Amino acid sequence: MQDAKHRLDASAEYRRAALASHEPEVIASDDWGPAAPPDHREFVRFTRLHRTLHACMIVSFLSLALTGLSLKFSYTAWAAVLSHLLGGFETAGFIHRTAAVVMFGTFITHIVDLFRLKKREYGTWRGLLLGPNTMIPTRTDFREFLATMKWFVGMGPRPQYGRWTYWEKFDYFAVFWGVFVIGGTGLALWFPVLFTRFLPGSFINVATAIHSDEALLATGFIFTVHFFNTHLRPEKFPMDTTVFTGHMPLTELKRDKPREYQALVETGRLHEYLAEPHPAIVVKAFRVFAWVALSIGFSVVVWIIYAMLFAYR
Amino acid sequence: MADPRQQAGSRRLARSALLLLALLLALGVAYVPAQADDVNDTCLACHGDKGMTARRAGRTVSLFVDGRKFANSVHGSLSCTNCHADLEGKELPHGTPVARVSCGTCHSDEGKQHARSLHGQALARGDALAPHCVDCHGNHDIVPVKDIRSRVAPLNIPMVCGQCHREGTPVQRNRNIAQHNILENFSESIHGQALLRKGLVVAPNCTSCHTAHSILPHTEPASSISRANITKTCTKCHAEIEMVHRKTIRGELWEKKAHVLPVCVDCHQPHKIRNLFYPQGMADADCLHCHADQHLRSEDGRSVFVRASDVAGSRHAKVACSQCHSEVNASRVRPCETITRPVDCTQCHAEAGLQYQRSTHGQLAARSDPNGPSCKECHGTHRVLGRQDPNSPSFPINVPELCGRCHQPGHKAALRYTGVEHQIISRYEESIHGKGLLKSGLTVTATCTNCHTAHRELPASDPDSTVNPKNVPSTCGQCHHGIQEQFVNSVHSATVTRTGQPLPVCSDCHTAHAIQRADQDQFKLEIMNKCGRCHAAITKTYFDTYHGKVSRLGYTKTAKCYDCHGAHDILKVTDPRSHLSRANVVETCRKCHHDATRRFAGYLTHATHHDPKRYPFLFWTFWGMTSLLIGTFVVGGVHTLLWLPRAFQMRRELRAHQAREARRALGKAFDDSPAEDDDAGR
Repeated sequence: MQDAKHRLDASAEYRRAALASHEPEVIASDDWGPAAPPDHREFVRFTRLHRTLHACMIVSFLSLALTGLSLKFSYTAWAAVLSHLLGGFETAGFIHRTAAVVMFGTFITHIVDLFRLKKREYGTWRGLLLGPNTMIPTRTDFREFLATMKWFVGMGPRPQYGRWTYWEKFDYFAVFWGVFVIGGTGLALWFPVLFTRFLPGSFINVATAIHSDEALLATGFIFTVHFFNTHLRPEKFPMDTTVFTGHMPLTELKRDKPREYQALVETGRLHEYLAEPHPAIVVKAFRVFAWVALSIGFSVVVWIIYAMLFAYR
Repeated sequence: MADPRQQAGSRRLARSALLLLALLLALGVAYVPAQADDVNDTCLACHGDKGMTARRAGRTVSLFVDGRKFANSVHGSLSCTNCHADLEGKELPHGTPVARVSCGTCHSDEGKQHARSLHGQALARGDALAPHCVDCHGNHDIVPVKDIRSRVAPLNIPMVCGQCHREGTPVQRNRNIAQHNILENFSESIHGQALLRKGLVVAPNCTSCHTAHSILPHTEPASSISRANITKTCTKCHAEIEMVHRKTIRGELWEKKAHVLPVCVDCHQPHKIRNLFYPQGMADADCLHCHADQHLRSEDGRSVFVRASDVAGSRHAKVACSQCHSEVNASRVRPCETITRPVDCTQCHAEAGLQYQRSTHGQLAARSDPNGPSCKECHGTHRVLGRQDPNSPSFPINVPELCGRCHQPGHKAALRYTGVEHQIISRYEESIHGKGLLKSGLTVTATCTNCHTAHRELPASDPDSTVNPKNVPSTCGQCHHGIQEQFVNSVHSATVTRTGQPLPVCSDCHTAHAIQRADQDQFKLEIMNKCGRCHAAITKTYFDTYHGKVSRLGYTKTAKCYDCHGAHDILKVTDPRSHLSRANVVETCRKCHHDATRRFAGYLTHATHHDPKRYPFLFWTFWGMTSLLIGTFVVGGVHTLLWLPRAFQMRRELRAHQAREARRALGKAFDDSPAEDDDAGR
């Protein structure tokens, strides 16, 4: 799952340009793109807001996961240790709710940003939602999925992915689902007296079950599938930091998102998305942050597996 | 003249009877009384005059006889000449003086007794101070002894005897009377107090001990107060007094060898008898004559030294040696040589002794098991102190240490013990009772003996034991009465729940020796396990809820069993008085959730998703969510696993490409300027 990553393109022009491509800036020496880019500037995939929202998401999500799972797996010894480290169940509860508020804030900020984007760049929802860079799964995504399956089993080439691949779209909408399902039940658990004014008391039991199991799904999925798909794929090892720095090397753009690259080149707007790389120290700081987050995530996965398989009661 | 009504009544009755007789019988029947009356009337013709006097030995004496008093006296039916026999048939007025009346003519037994008595002997010697019958009994106005007006009625006797035997009288001054202040001492003695102050007519008067007529000095063997007879005399009233005195003298000795024993008056001085124990200081001194020697040892080598100050400062300061060390024989040079048995405290402490015999301690001791402590092992010997004395080993604060001598790990009782209670003393010391007793010095705090009793301790398996589960509530209820009242009405009480299953008692939740304050975290967290020992399934489901999970993390703020169900007043939730009944449940929730509503109270506090029958919606929610989870992971996992080989392939190709690029860049660098080489930055 990611923050929304909508580019600030004028979609109509971009789409036209993508259809009638010309002026390839690239010398296709082999499959992996140019021997050397025109300069050492990097492609800007995410804006500062996107990166901030993703960071907020990481912090709040990890906080929610740690505090919540310590309760879910209270029967494991180190749930108690963790709960004490977090300052006791009351403090842990406070952290959990604060993080929930941060996540709600992140979500709302993104929605507001979508409105601004629509107003500024697309004019209509139709333009935003049905353009080439839409987050809505399309027929192309379905075709790419099938093609990917073929590629996996060696029956075809790697598909020419666009700006958003189908698994990135899946991650994106998983957040919507999670925010509504976990967030909604979480509010019921937060304000049980209020909710039972119009819902039966046993709804709190149901909400607990949903909240807890959906949270397990979310943490498990993020800390394994999303981590692999996005950050830790062998060809990107040790880490894809694009979402932290906002930048990706042009070669990587050509390799990973050839269709997007092609369209940009054809509309002649690629240079608009190029920027000087961050200073090395900044990149290093981003990497440290990312690794801390990943490590926590992996630890949680180990804990979940231990709790589910060996300590389950 | 204040005749009691009863006497007046009986006199009326007598008169009526006489009248009836006179009516029914002929004149002749009334001849004898008529004759007596005739004689008496003749005498009273002169002696009825109050002014009639005569001179005797230089003094004027009245010769007046009150005819009415005489008629009412015991002798009223007799004629004057029955007693004044020398006047029989004499011319009137008769000559003077008349001879002394001889009461013994009729009262022959009394007359003989009197003649043999001290008084009679003195009379025979011609002692002017010796009393005649009339000196005690009076003359014409004698009434029955039971008549309160009688001079010799019990209440009056001390005064009669005291006429002569009180301080300052000629008898007391001039005759050889060993006792002094007799009347004064008697009136202050327990006997005199009872008789004279409290009017207890059965209390002994002078004649009870000295007899009425056979009065003899104690030196005469035949005397009722002689050494040989005094015991018999005292035991007329003090029957079985030997039972009281068995500490010093076995009952049989009293009967068989009375001469070797002290008699009553040796301790209880005549006329001065007090209602108190008589110290036998002399006997103790006799014992200490030998036993004050620090180096004195018994035949088997034990020290038999007795520190007099130990006894003097002890609870038994007023108890003589021989009261405990019975079987002594005072007539021996070594009175203790007749002792065959150890001190038996139960002679006095009979109740404690019975309890002890029933106890484990007593049973062990009875088998001569060295593990069985006797009285002295807890209470000590000569220095025995009451349990109110802070220096006593049985003072509450000292009791844990006292019991701990045997009952702490490694010591004899703990070694023999096979039950489940271990580290008893140290756990007790850390308990709320132990802290209250030992740290705060609160002596009313429960110590070992409060629960196990002091003398009748029995294993919990014994139905008579105070710590038998059946009895535990009432044992704890000695102090925790309010809680016991709640408990006996709760579902856990045997009076409420009839079941063959064992029901919990205080110690099942609170433990026996490691009792914690119920407001401490450790207790709060352990209570779920305590309840869970019986209520396993429901406890498991509790831990599936938020309350349970937080508790299991080690926090006590969320609801635990007793927060909802009550602690001691637990009732079935179907009981209207239960905290969880329909009427009370909302209020119970509000203890924590202040705005709780009835619908809020519908929260299932023991819901589990493992039970499709009771909680189908939770069961299906859980499995729905789990299916989603599994489905997502299967798809995501398979996708990732399939991707992995391609990803590695890409990595290999990328590496190869980078290597080619690097070589090419190197080649170019030979030819050209090194401008572009950072493609391989990653």
